[in-house]
Amino acid sequence: MFSDELLNYDWEATSTAIMAKTAADVERALNARHPSVDDFMALISPAAAPYLEQMAALSRHYTRERFGKTISMYIPMYITNSCTNSCVYCGFNRHNAFERVVLTPEQIEDECRAIKKLAPFENLLLVTGENPRVAGVEYIEKALHVCRPYFSNLSIEVMPLSAEGYERLTHAGLNGVVCFQETYHREKYKTYHPAGMKSNFEWRVNGFDRMGQAGVHKIGMGVLIGLEDWRTDVTMMAIHLRYLRKHYWRTRFSVNFPRMRPAAGGFQPNVIISDRELAQLTFAFRIFDHDVDISYSTRERPDFRDNMLTLGATSLSAGSKTDPGGYHTYPQSLEQFAVSDERTPAEVAEAIRARGYEAVWKDWDKIFD
Amino acid sequence: MDKLIIGGREFDSRLFVGTGKFSSNQLMQEAINASGSQMVTVALKRIDTDNREDDMLRHIMRPGMQLLPNTSGVRDAREAVLAAQLAREAFETDFIKLEIHPDPKYLLPDPIETLKATEELARLGFIVLPYIQADPVLCKRLEEAGSAAVMPLGAPIGTNKGIVVKDLLEIIIAESRVPVVVDAGLGAPSHAAEAMEMGADAVLVNTAIAVAGDPVRMARAFAAVVGAGREAYEAGLGARSAIAVASSPLTAFLD
Repeated sequence: MFSDELLNYDWEATSTAIMAKTAADVERALNARHPSVDDFMALISPAAAPYLEQMAALSRHYTRERFGKTISMYIPMYITNSCTNSCVYCGFNRHNAFERVVLTPEQIEDECRAIKKLAPFENLLLVTGENPRVAGVEYIEKALHVCRPYFSNLSIEVMPLSAEGYERLTHAGLNGVVCFQETYHREKYKTYHPAGMKSNFEWRVNGFDRMGQAGVHKIGMGVLIGLEDWRTDVTMMAIHLRYLRKHYWRTRFSVNFPRMRPAAGGFQPNVIISDRELAQLTFAFRIFDHDVDISYSTRERPDFRDNMLTLGATSLSAGSKTDPGGYHTYPQSLEQFAVSDERTPAEVAEAIRARGYEAVWKDWDKIFD
Repeated sequence: MDKLIIGGREFDSRLFVGTGKFSSNQLMQEAINASGSQMVTVALKRIDTDNREDDMLRHIMRPGMQLLPNTSGVRDAREAVLAAQLAREAFETDFIKLEIHPDPKYLLPDPIETLKATEELARLGFIVLPYIQADPVLCKRLEEAGSAAVMPLGAPIGTNKGIVVKDLLEIIIAESRVPVVVDAGLGAPSHAAEAMEMGADAVLVNTAIAVAGDPVRMARAFAAVVGAGREAYEAGLGARSAIAVASSPLTAFLD
């Protein structure tokens, strides 16, 4: 399990090592045929800032080599904001007083229809808060069955489940699981996630092993940028990704670098990452792992997303509502966070075309399940 | 230098040697000694297992030496398992180099029989080192089947061509959870150095030493470069090429 592996990496020592990287380290990393985690650390370090242009060119090269000039489109569907956790940065924090929604199967179907009216989406991401009593595995399974006829690829972003839970959902048509570790800082993790199931660091970080063991086709990872030193956190994620690739080599992977957005509760980020640094991080990740899917959500601004889609990002969401029922049932309910890119899916697709790329709606088929 | 561990045993030397093709047992012994190797492979078929004082064996064994019996000559998994059991009894070791090459011309390993035999031998408690094509997926399958290391070829056995499957070996080295020993095809010390600089955990050399003008000096040469290659890998090689700067900036939008 990865929690044991992680014990080999000291947070402070890793931070220090990143900041000590030199131009020679960066040049070595840029020329490595199979970059190591050490190379990755050089590429995200301040020493790599003057190499941003070369990194962009290399990132674009690898991205085109593996993905061509295509962008995979997906859309999230929030089906409940009921949550027993009290994550200090999240709008769904149980202490935020508002009426919680758990969509019924009929309402979920209405949402499916509403999404299909927006654009020909085939990749759907079902999202929940964490409240196993009202929205556990059984509820998610039902939701998958409802969505199945409408979409060819179903992913979930829900609380970590047991291996049996993932297996059961795989039989219900689940393809992918997205789960953000938020931070790999074991001690600080507890201060951001003080209560509820999510306060258990090991259970969350080992969830990825359970996904791999259950044979989930695609695993999505992410750290929330705004909590701890981002360079150290993404390095831990790079270590985690490499570990997962070696252990679950049949699985596909995606990574996300979500920047903290304004949300109910008003938590202010502890660290800020600039556009330039986020671009550097994206290029570094592509150079580190040529095949990983890099996802940019509507947290990011339109112009930034449009530029990054030719340089390393490989999947985009569009038209997203981060509130349950937001597409049809409850257009005005409380959102998890405020989006930055409010363009319609058609407008996003047009922007992709304008850059000489193709928006791909369908890249999976039910027969593979 | 990092220690190499296979099957719970530590090795100081990352050069494994073979025992075939030498003009005499005496010369073989001197070459093995000069190589500093701690892992020597020997074909079960070459040893008189009824005679514990077999002449060849007597020339190989010395303190600290791990004998690696190999199944050369078998044609399928069933024969390989039998051979391995015989070898365990005769040499009193769980180490086995699994070689299944039904084709007598190029001696290329059979991946399907090798996987089957590895599963069975791992189940029987053997420390299995399978000789295989440089096939990254097969390596992962063998790892799951319980192999203690993988031994992909650099080039067809005996050809002395060096590393002709570099891109595939690089993938194997990058993805493997067990030690990667480049076996077969290494014809010159520079080939072994290349494998070690790439990050291979060890190399196995036989023909290049056995048929050299002076096998003892050649063994010494291989020993030197294998150590140097590993040292270079751990030290982190410097960048090789200058990086061109694009004329139309891709990152101007960040200014």
